[in-house]
Amino acid sequence: MNNELRVLVFGANSAICHELLKLYALERASFFLVARNAEKLAAIADDLVARGGTIGGTASYDFNDWQQNEACVSKGRECLGEIDIAIVAHGSLPDQTECEASSAAVKACMDDNFTSAAIIVQACAFQLALQGRGTLAVISSVAGDRGRKSNYAYGAAKAGIDALLQGLQGRFSGTGVKVVNIKPGMVISPMTVGMDHGAVWSTPAAIAPNIYRAIAKGRKVCYVPGYWRLIMLIVRGLPTSVLAKLPI
Amino acid sequence: MNTSWGCLPIVGADRIIERDWRFEVLPEFSGSDTALAYGRGRSYGDSCINSQATQISTRQLNRFIRFDVQSGILNCEAGLTLDEILQIIVPRGWFLPVVPGTRFITLGGAIANDVHGKNHHRAGSFGCHVRSLTLLRSDGARHECSPTENSQLFAATIGGLGLTGLVTSAEVTLIPIVSSELIVEDLTFSCLEEFSALSQDSVDWEYTVSWIDTAARNGQVGRGIFSRGRHAESRGELVPGSSHPKVGVPFSPPVSLVNKWTVDIFNRTYFWAGSRKKGLRHVHYQPFFFPLDAIANWNRVYGQRGFYQYQCVVPHQGGEHAIQTLLREIHRSGAASFLTVLKEFGDHQSPGLLSFPRPGLTLAIDFPNRGEKTQRLFASFDETVLSVGGALYPAKDARMSARLFAAGFPGVQAFSSQMDPKFSSTFWRRVQE
Repeated sequence: MNNELRVLVFGANSAICHELLKLYALERASFFLVARNAEKLAAIADDLVARGGTIGGTASYDFNDWQQNEACVSKGRECLGEIDIAIVAHGSLPDQTECEASSAAVKACMDDNFTSAAIIVQACAFQLALQGRGTLAVISSVAGDRGRKSNYAYGAAKAGIDALLQGLQGRFSGTGVKVVNIKPGMVISPMTVGMDHGAVWSTPAAIAPNIYRAIAKGRKVCYVPGYWRLIMLIVRGLPTSVLAKLPI
Repeated sequence: MNTSWGCLPIVGADRIIERDWRFEVLPEFSGSDTALAYGRGRSYGDSCINSQATQISTRQLNRFIRFDVQSGILNCEAGLTLDEILQIIVPRGWFLPVVPGTRFITLGGAIANDVHGKNHHRAGSFGCHVRSLTLLRSDGARHECSPTENSQLFAATIGGLGLTGLVTSAEVTLIPIVSSELIVEDLTFSCLEEFSALSQDSVDWEYTVSWIDTAARNGQVGRGIFSRGRHAESRGELVPGSSHPKVGVPFSPPVSLVNKWTVDIFNRTYFWAGSRKKGLRHVHYQPFFFPLDAIANWNRVYGQRGFYQYQCVVPHQGGEHAIQTLLREIHRSGAASFLTVLKEFGDHQSPGLLSFPRPGLTLAIDFPNRGEKTQRLFASFDETVLSVGGALYPAKDARMSARLFAAGFPGVQAFSSQMDPKFSSTFWRRVQE
């Protein structure tokens, strides 16, 4: 009898996601890993195997090639047998000034952080619904909580994901399908390289156990680290005129 | 980040870059810019620092590549810490072949400093157990190095202080264990002759180390506690223990908490407590190998001026006399050494051109930084070490002279020809002057 967790992962190469997957590997989970870059994905897969996990399969392609996404979710389900946890973790952090100067940059931001994510999230949710059970965990961001001048393109995409997850939580309320919205604050990772790291920054390894617990409990929204709930409560409550003057 | 363990005032790097994947190439280092890998900054002095140049953080190079649970051969990226490795290998019945006094160093650091442990007399240095490594050079070339392939580059990289390029991954032979506990025995000795006798008697023990009571008065100089241990041979639990110390030092006080009085009290208490432990005990590997890791940031107790560790090795010929002289000098100076460790190295040949471990006795002494006074004491130590043909450990050093380095490391000529022209460190520039 196979009691190991079966985990489907989109965006397995992300630093936050990898730290989370390490925790599942220790429990000898089996994985179906999907990411854009095949070489990096192989390095992640080897690491998880050495840590005790097994690889049910991998796939690498550009998630913006949207017609592949649904088929890939089905393939993951086939390879794993059943999906206990589906994780959607891909994304990219664009430069806001670049987005302001180029329509292509705005489109790329929306494609990477909203469109492809929405398609994958939806495909995963309905795959879990077919099983009648399972947890869908999506890494969104505190950036979606309020549009701010420093990164509103990224924030808009993440706010879109927020609304989508709220809707899915209502759609599957009372069923065995749980939808978990993970909102990391500022995290030191390859995605944020070159930015000044102040006191509120944390590391992927530090927040992974919090994400792990939120998924295990099936919590609806989880800020990581937890103090971001408070920070964003304040940011959301700021009058627009005050927010406009802040350098954030 | 970008500091070293001694908290000494050393100028940091101008630029810190991350390498996220082992197959990435290095960026260009223009003009006089040079690079140096930076792991967790556990070297005490400036050997892990590249002042006003570039440091390459290996923090993200933290992936396992292949762990063969049957044969105990482990291949992984160089930024993994020994703790991260132990967390994975211990539950499956394997242990690292050599561990130093802290598990919070990286694999790359263990190789670059060819670290040694309490089992040097039986297992040699860490480098003796490295089957192969991958070295990325600034010209973009990637070299697989082993004792048989690119053997000169391999010999230069083991103990090579990170100066031959960036070690991205390595393959190590592990040792099997059936329990995460060790069987340990503590014995007191009253002088160095007794220490030597205990050391000779303990060659069958895998791990031996001694603590020296530097607060001992005249007639008792050289007394201490001899600890020996071996992995438990009866099947037991295989638990790696926590990665996170439960207590820590939250900040550096303005002045050192380590002074003549606190050292005196600590040493006396430690000797007394040690002399009460009789017979064989079962101990988890963490407190046995890594006692100081139990206190996060213990280096901060030395205050904002930081501290030095003076670690030398002296050959058997004249070595015991030299150690005796050093202990007398410490006693005479009234300087306070919190933790003084003595160990007999075995005859295993270290594989690195600049490896520190060699047959003889090694003594490690910690001193708070008291400026000129401390420097004068070290200068007199240096003469004793030089007089018997000894050497200082670069991983611990922040002040040895070029003359002392040249005398202690005759392999430096052969080493220089294998260096990466774009790699350098503050230590290296200092000992080349």
